[in-house]
Amino acid sequence: MKLGFNLILGGVLTGLVILAGLLAPWLAHFDPVLDADLMNAELPPDATYWFGTDAQGRDVYSRMLYGAQISLTVGIVSQIINTLIGVALGMSAAYWGGWWDDIVNGLTNVMLAIPSLIFALAVMAVLGPGLVSLLIALGLTNWSWTCRIARSSTLSLKSLGYVQAAQTLGYSDTRIMFTQILPNIMGPVLVMATLGMGSAVLSEAALSFLGLGIQPPFPSWGSMLTDARQMIQIAPWTAIFPGMAIFLAVLGFNLLGDGLRDMLDPHMRTRKL
Amino acid sequence: MTPLLDVRNLELGLRHGAQAHRILKGVSFQIMPGETYGLVGESGSGKSVTSLAIIGLLKKPLQILGGEIFFEGRNLLALPRRKMRSLRGSRIAMVFQEPMSALNPLQTVGRQIAEMYVQHQGKSWAQAQKMAVEALASVRVPTPERRVHDYPHQMSGGLRQRVMIAMALACDPALLIADEPTTALDVTVQAEVLKLIRELCAARGTAVLFISHDLGVIATMCQRVGVMYAGCLVEENATRELFVDPRHEYTRGLLGALPKLGSRGLHGRQRLVDIDSFIADRSRLTDTRFIAPRTPVSGEAGS
Amino acid sequence: MLRFTIRRILQIIPTIVVVALLIFVIFSVVPGSFASSLFSDGKTAADPQLMARLNEQLGLDKPVHQRFLTYVGDLAQLDLGTSFRTRRPVLELINERIWASLQLAVAAMIFAVVVAVPLGFLAALRPGSILDTVTMVGAVSGLSMPQFWLGLLLMYVFALQLNWLPSFGYGDGSLRNLILPAITLGVTPLALLARTTRAGVLDVLNGDFVRTAHAKGLSEAQVVRRHVARNALVLIITTVGLLFGSLIGQAVVIEKLFAWPGIGSLLVDSVAMRDIPVVQGTILVIVVWFLVINTAVDVIYALVDPRIKQE
Repeated sequence: MKLGFNLILGGVLTGLVILAGLLAPWLAHFDPVLDADLMNAELPPDATYWFGTDAQGRDVYSRMLYGAQISLTVGIVSQIINTLIGVALGMSAAYWGGWWDDIVNGLTNVMLAIPSLIFALAVMAVLGPGLVSLLIALGLTNWSWTCRIARSSTLSLKSLGYVQAAQTLGYSDTRIMFTQILPNIMGPVLVMATLGMGSAVLSEAALSFLGLGIQPPFPSWGSMLTDARQMIQIAPWTAIFPGMAIFLAVLGFNLLGDGLRDMLDPHMRTRKL
Repeated sequence: MTPLLDVRNLELGLRHGAQAHRILKGVSFQIMPGETYGLVGESGSGKSVTSLAIIGLLKKPLQILGGEIFFEGRNLLALPRRKMRSLRGSRIAMVFQEPMSALNPLQTVGRQIAEMYVQHQGKSWAQAQKMAVEALASVRVPTPERRVHDYPHQMSGGLRQRVMIAMALACDPALLIADEPTTALDVTVQAEVLKLIRELCAARGTAVLFISHDLGVIATMCQRVGVMYAGCLVEENATRELFVDPRHEYTRGLLGALPKLGSRGLHGRQRLVDIDSFIADRSRLTDTRFIAPRTPVSGEAGS
Repeated sequence: MLRFTIRRILQIIPTIVVVALLIFVIFSVVPGSFASSLFSDGKTAADPQLMARLNEQLGLDKPVHQRFLTYVGDLAQLDLGTSFRTRRPVLELINERIWASLQLAVAAMIFAVVVAVPLGFLAALRPGSILDTVTMVGAVSGLSMPQFWLGLLLMYVFALQLNWLPSFGYGDGSLRNLILPAITLGVTPLALLARTTRAGVLDVLNGDFVRTAHAKGLSEAQVVRRHVARNALVLIITTVGLLFGSLIGQAVVIEKLFAWPGIGSLLVDSVAMRDIPVVQGTILVIVVWFLVINTAVDVIYALVDPRIKQE
């Protein structure tokens, strides 16, 4: 593994998913929702239907392309929310310390005590199914690790002295946090966000599979698998291809995250999971 | 008198395919039985890798590129691994720089010492544990019968290093390699540990290869000194001669950089001098030939 | 040691209280009510009179703060409330289901540990070898795989095509029913554990005391057995504990997929029915499970590592 084999493969896989999502309207052969045709239901893969058709005769390939849009949206938006919360809390807690640090720490511990999928499930139960609820549920429930990392990175920066130097120069707290600390903790935070995108895609799929995420007839990879479960025996392709898409997308994010970590800090390679 | 350890033209480094990057560029020296020999030099000069090569613990990607290491008449580099292993600990032992990390944090120090007797003298663990108490007593650890049950984190740095010494000397080795054994310790503890090594080894007739960057420590410990610079042994002499009459330009620089007692600069404070202000041109240093002692060492005179 | 254990147990109580509070807050703002989900078929509006009566029966007509006090009071007596749907005590429902969940989680964890720890160990002892590469590629793949998809494929191959194992259900509780769900659930912890074990062992191998052990003249095998294994174990135990706790979160999906009668499927069904007391109770039990396991890990950790007790 030379410089960034992980990074390259991860980048390629992620790039493919992004392309598939962006170009879905042009790459798709059929409309993912409207082109249902019961006469063509459950056809195995062939020249017209590359990945076969589902129970309603919809083209699995076209639905998968549109599914990429949903997975990407969920992965990226939820991670932006997570990162914002995690960094804001972690950085400010470490910077100010005191009671605020205690509160943030306590909150982080509580969040870590609730398995994130269960938490997301509870939030979904309250908000009801749908894309927006998914974004909120996954965005609010996964910031604890980012917070921890932001906090510990800030703490170690604080001990280096140049933050104190900036304080003696009379810089405001916010200015110090944004100009002196934030740029220096971006590395590990970015790694966490990339890895988090992978787990968000997995959580979306799981929640949709449980019927709490994206609702039919809209094509999410998870909901496609829910449908496929009923007819795995007669039409296994409806399960194989969407699952493969999730696998490759998440693999892409994970490799990208690992690769970024190796690049940013070679010593971390053996440390973290 | 034959030397106990005879390192001949040792070369080691990294190999990239056909290309070799040498870190040690042909180092030769000898240690007589019972003698304390010092290796001195700045960090990165190759002192530590030399010692690791002797005890056979070089880690990949470092490897031996050439030369021989004779110990008690046998070439260690040609020895089968199993043979080498049985020498390690029993005939050649080593004390490392950092006594905290060099001891297993999850085992009592007693058990770690006892392991030596089990391994090399075939004792049972129960017997070995008793011998460990004596070993601790021999390095002057107070209340050894209680201390054997301690874990490393329960001891001070000086005590831990005593444990390391007890462990190293457990099987009466012929050669003790001490790699910066007091560098990590408090100054007050340093002197005691040095005295311990000196007295124990003198009493048992153990030869010592003493590695340090500290000329002061070397001066108190060693009969002879080799000066290392950039992978070469640039000068070797009896300690007294070396201090009185350094001949290699680098050695002169090294000695010149030592703070001197009684010399005061401005404001009554002594100015520390950079070694480079003594050395005209560093790039020429390794070109200078190895400077052997003017008068042969006592043992070699007759041969 | 006992004092250490007691202190750890006392430390988790505030966390449980905060979690209970959090759960209550989340579910007291829930817009759709149980009554509406019961009587509304989505097309016609539910009968308001019927709903009002049901709300009264369930105590949902009272103001939030009063409901909260009742909730806390009941919790203090270990009463998790009564199910809206079945009108049975939540604790009873959970008690019926939790053993199946435990069974599944333990089986999955055993599978993960038995496979991952030796693999991670061997991979670390020979970094860069074929075994190492295969293990690490396998691990990152395992982490990236949607578990229920893997379960679906396993079900398709081993149950539906080959007919070797039952495709779903608890059956009579025999091992045959357990195999597929346990393997499916075990894959993610397996992958994580293999990576952690490898990283941990590599870390230990680089330690100075391993060099000391070699300098003592020990053989490679002796060094690993006497000095590396136990030190690596510390990290492995921590990871196993963390994974074991989070297993039950992931188990929700797997229990649903294999129709396994555990608290995971109870939770999902109750969410769908808006049976809030059961949802609250189940989540609370899951959190307690997680915290208890973490506490147990801390205690075991302290037994293995003499440095911990001192603090």
